[in-house]
Amino acid sequence: MSSATSQLRYQVLPGPEGLLPPSASAMGVVLPQDGEGLVEGVLTAEDLALKAAARAMLTRRNPTLFPGPLVVWGWNKHTQEKASVVLEIAAEIPGVKIIPMPDYRPIYPKIDPEAVINPCHPNLTIWHNKIEACIFVGVHCHFANVTLKMVRAGTNCYTIALCAEAGHEDAMVSLPKCGTEKLQKMVKALRQVKKEGITPWALTPNGKRELEAERDQRRKQREAIASAAPDFAHELVAGLDENEE
Amino acid sequence: MAEGLETEVKTNPQGDVITTTEAPKKEQKESKAAKQRVVTPEHLFFEAPRTKTFITGSEAAKEAIRRANVDIAISYPITPQSETMQQVGYLYAEGYLKDYYRGEEEYGVMSAVAGASRSGVRALTATAGPGLMRGMEVITSWPGGRMPLLLMVMCRVINAPLAIQPDNVELSYLLNCGILVFHAENQQDFYDFPLKAYVIAEKCEVTLPAAVAVDGFFVTHARGWVELPPEDIKLPPRDCYHEAVPMMDNENPPARLSRDAPIQKSNFISYQMHASWQQEIWAAVDRARPWVKKYMGGLIEVVNPGADTMIVASGSAVSQSREAVRQASERGDRIGLVKIRSLRPWPTQELIEACRHAKRIIVPEFNCVGWLAKEVRSTLYGHTQAEIVSGPRVFGGMSMPTELILEYLYKTPNEARLTDKPLSI
Repeated sequence: MSSATSQLRYQVLPGPEGLLPPSASAMGVVLPQDGEGLVEGVLTAEDLALKAAARAMLTRRNPTLFPGPLVVWGWNKHTQEKASVVLEIAAEIPGVKIIPMPDYRPIYPKIDPEAVINPCHPNLTIWHNKIEACIFVGVHCHFANVTLKMVRAGTNCYTIALCAEAGHEDAMVSLPKCGTEKLQKMVKALRQVKKEGITPWALTPNGKRELEAERDQRRKQREAIASAAPDFAHELVAGLDENEE
Repeated sequence: MAEGLETEVKTNPQGDVITTTEAPKKEQKESKAAKQRVVTPEHLFFEAPRTKTFITGSEAAKEAIRRANVDIAISYPITPQSETMQQVGYLYAEGYLKDYYRGEEEYGVMSAVAGASRSGVRALTATAGPGLMRGMEVITSWPGGRMPLLLMVMCRVINAPLAIQPDNVELSYLLNCGILVFHAENQQDFYDFPLKAYVIAEKCEVTLPAAVAVDGFFVTHARGWVELPPEDIKLPPRDCYHEAVPMMDNENPPARLSRDAPIQKSNFISYQMHASWQQEIWAAVDRARPWVKKYMGGLIEVVNPGADTMIVASGSAVSQSREAVRQASERGDRIGLVKIRSLRPWPTQELIEACRHAKRIIVPEFNCVGWLAKEVRSTLYGHTQAEIVSGPRVFGGMSMPTELILEYLYKTPNEARLTDKPLSI
């Protein structure tokens, strides 16, 4: 009723927001038009949103790309072109990980959080890899939205959604109508932010130390599996090959 | 057949002549249906010239479906819906639809039309009263399945004693499914709303089923003036590759959801996913708002804004209220009217803005429980000082005389019976 209340704005920030925060849409956040972006619940110019996304991916811990089926699989020429640009984006982010969401099947009893992110429990992948900035691209809107709400509820990850359709309110940064051209603008934004003097997280002393420790741990895991795992345990570690004769 | 012989007339066991509608012939190249042009929704809705015709609500719906580029219609007969879907059957015979059949009953119909929609085609069904109740379990699964199909609801009595009379209590059951619900006032709305509902429902960020409801008989079986664009234009086909979920993917949710126990009842994380999924359905309902504004001219229509007394109504109660507003103006009184076009998404802000100033608000309805009054009261709580009167209400097939609305405009009739005096005996 009061004018003061109507001026309050719901902020879409990295969580953890709690057990079950409301969807940003229910709190009045609206989707951007083509040429606009959405930054933390506020409609902005497209270039500002691109810059905010670039800054988050370059400065936050363990930046990660989560490509969905619409870029992971080469359905057609367009998706192949789009996938190439996504790789260009990755190339501009030092220390970046690429963890696909290849489809939306529930994965039980447990997922491999280093290999995939799954919309049924996306927070597991983010927690395990200590991801604090990520880009969703090529994920069908429903699953991106389901995922983004859970990520905001339970993690401190800064989420960016580069959407081919209308965008996503629950991402901290979202851009609509992302074809190859707009994805190219993301590449340019990353280059521009680096030119402005930002030191990417992976090149900071902390980042270097963490990535080195991670590489070391993975090497040890591989060696342990190769040398110590008895035959009967191998299937449990490597998974069953359903196509095996 | 040799010339001069009489054509064989088939009859049923009661001796009635059986009339049949032939399935469309394969060679349709010269038919009117085959010659229809695809135009933009904007052209069909706002730019194409219109011709005024005097038709029933069922015929108006038929004309909408003729131009809606529908692929398949499935339904089961129930009064007063049957006549509309019979009209749609004629469209099938003329080649406007690719497929059309009668399901075994409503549960099967709602399931079948869900399968059709999930396969990526534009699907239609319709029902009424008890049929809606029977199909309700499946209907509540449509929004979670993100199926942008159209359900036309021709409201009638649902409760015992069984009757086929007009009464829209069934809509109260439909309001909390996550389905878009538009309530048509008259024959013109019943032409316009189905077409617009398809376009809104199929927007990627929406991707939800839509219901277009109308008060049975008052609209479906009565004639009214309807402005129609030419028959030779139609909506673009559904573009299922730009929607929120992939089509007919049986290995992925939501198709897999119903058969996959772990996703529904495993651990906390799965519950969280289900919670997030439900939030997403209602977020999608909210995302329909700008499209309702663009294509339907707003979630509400306001007549005489700023009046001290406002009527808030939906469906054919709006028509009765318009007449009451006119009669009140003859007495020199300016009465306001809010027509609610969209019940879901619900016009929260619009209603607050339209009624904030009012001193008295009345909510006429064609049902016993007053579901609209409850919605209006909860929306306006804390936003207005107005007296909100739940009524007048008629139900069970009764019509609503404008005199009844006028009575409520000036005084709540039951006030005359209120007393603090003891009984005189």
